[in-house]
Amino acid sequence: MTDYLKIYYLMRLTRAMEDRTRTLFLQGRVVGGVYTAQGHEATTVGAAMMLRDGDCIVPQHRDLGMHLVRGISPRAVMCQWLARGNAPTLGRDGQIHIGDMHHGVVPMISMLGESLPVACGVALTMKMRHRSTITLASCGDGATNTGPFHEAMNFAAVQRLPLALVIENNGYAYSTPTVKQFAIEHLSERARAFGIPGESVDGNDVLAVMEAVGRAVERARAGEGPSIVECRTFRVRGHSEADKADYVPQELREEWLKKDPIPRFEAYLTEKGMLTAKEKAEIEEKVRTVVDDAVSFAEQSPEPDGATVADYVFAPEGPVAIVGEPGASDPRYVNALDTRIGQPFNSMSEAEEAVGRR
Amino acid sequence: MSESRVTYLEAISQAIREEMRRDEAVFLLGEDVGTYGGAFKVSAGFLEEFGPERVIDTPMAEAAIIGSAVGAALMGMRPIAEMQFIDFITCGFDQIINMASKMYWRVGMPVPMVIRGPSGGGTKGGPFHSASPEAWFFHTPGIKVVVPSTAYDAKGMLKSAIRDNNPVLYLEHKLLYRMPELREELPMEDYTVPLGKAIVRREGEDMTILTYGAMVYQCLKAAQTLEEDDDLEVEVIDLRTLSPLDREAILDSVKRTNKVLIVHEDTLTGGIGAELSAILAEELFEYLDGPVTRVAAPDVPFPYAPPLEAAYLPNAEKILTAARKLAAY
Repeated sequence: MTDYLKIYYLMRLTRAMEDRTRTLFLQGRVVGGVYTAQGHEATTVGAAMMLRDGDCIVPQHRDLGMHLVRGISPRAVMCQWLARGNAPTLGRDGQIHIGDMHHGVVPMISMLGESLPVACGVALTMKMRHRSTITLASCGDGATNTGPFHEAMNFAAVQRLPLALVIENNGYAYSTPTVKQFAIEHLSERARAFGIPGESVDGNDVLAVMEAVGRAVERARAGEGPSIVECRTFRVRGHSEADKADYVPQELREEWLKKDPIPRFEAYLTEKGMLTAKEKAEIEEKVRTVVDDAVSFAEQSPEPDGATVADYVFAPEGPVAIVGEPGASDPRYVNALDTRIGQPFNSMSEAEEAVGRR
Repeated sequence: MSESRVTYLEAISQAIREEMRRDEAVFLLGEDVGTYGGAFKVSAGFLEEFGPERVIDTPMAEAAIIGSAVGAALMGMRPIAEMQFIDFITCGFDQIINMASKMYWRVGMPVPMVIRGPSGGGTKGGPFHSASPEAWFFHTPGIKVVVPSTAYDAKGMLKSAIRDNNPVLYLEHKLLYRMPELREELPMEDYTVPLGKAIVRREGEDMTILTYGAMVYQCLKAAQTLEEDDDLEVEVIDLRTLSPLDREAILDSVKRTNKVLIVHEDTLTGGIGAELSAILAEELFEYLDGPVTRVAAPDVPFPYAPPLEAAYLPNAEKILTAARKLAAY
């Protein structure tokens, strides 16, 4: 598969995973809230495609695409939604609140914007350890109004941290339109307050996203400090699946549905002769297989045992490896394994195969 | 002539310096910790020894300071985040409560970090420079809370906190920083004091006082008077670590003395004393010969003017009054 077809596949997989999650929710099989990101796939997949091994993402709730690009396992994602005992959070948390530092994924929390100071700490470590790796963080338009957003970006700028921030401006923070959130036109203008570059790009154009994020990533990698890329997209569904989003003008939604990033990229690939009908069918088949496998795996997985509820509040004693340094995955380190279960972290596809315990 | 006996503040400083020398993963970040050496000079000379990459002067931004510490800790570093005054920890609250403290439980990744800073009153600091914030964090699963009262413990417990694989809130009492009476000779060799272990500061059979931080000294003073004037032998237990609590030490002592007085500088309602009272009521109901009694600050914000501060803070006199009432049972 060429890189372009990989990108197309990952965009399709992201959409299909969320479509299936929504179905599971409507069937009453997801116990908690469901947050999806139809329309964000060009931004999330495109941005993460610009990274290398050793880089780290600090994603948010509409970034399933980033997770999948970086190797988060569809099985793990479905186990999270279905609150399974073998989910990466062992059923203690839901949604895509998952990660594995050894594979460069910082698990998010629900307080949006709070991951950005954490991203600074990851990037600070990369800088202190004189690495050429970088941190790619994301947030929505809503989170740009929080204190932690400003504290983090300012600190990153002062310290010239290897950080690229993607702002996914999807028009609404829950029901609140951007006009009630901030008085600037483009969120990339926020960069000026920190003395760093900022640009705005069509977030539904995967190639444009890759180009712009690529510039920010290269700048971070070269030691020139952080940048902001605003990807302008639209949240064509509700904040959560419980939200009908009837506050969004119908014509506005329809306008953006016409700009759906997946058909758009598909048309581009087809026109360039990079995606044949046969290849498209093969990709659809693969997407279906992966999603079906993830759902059936999750459904066959056990629920957590209520007797474990008070376990794992504190991490055990022992040496902790500096992530990314030689030997850091040696099991003698407390952070090399998921010490709660005495097994490798299972949020990544490859780790899950390596575990082979399911 | 240089004084070989170190202050509580010098003990803290030594702990950080020695840990930074021992382990390159340890670093310090906070407001004015570098060039200025910290508002109380805990890190004086650190910038010169360790350089600006490991002694980081930050903007005035507690969420960025604590959040960066969380990120670095996830990477396997052992950051020490300084709050210039512990009162300002509220500005970084979410990073502690929702980010750091839930991380291992939620995703299995340890967060080995220390948040430390000057707490407590008695210095005319007023409502924003006198806080005893321990109860908020005592109530939060996933973070340890440490409250040393001597130079020896300050050093040994800070080393343990830095080496711990969890978020640790290390509360320094600023009134003790340079108190001459607290100077002591510390071991030349590396030593630690384990977290989660209380210590008996004075033995006695007639009553147990449970306390921590600067109040240890007020309690010892009261205990001395009770011995001299009332012929009472009062046991004073310095809890040292609030979370995890040394339940065994508490229960062992109260089983022997059958009377317990709890003293803390923080406000009364929902404070550490409330939980201690509940534990004692649940575990030792049949052993108690008098009501579990608390001496704490009243449920008001910390005041500024000297007469108000004096009225607010518990002291030996207030402890004596409460202890005598309890002893009469």
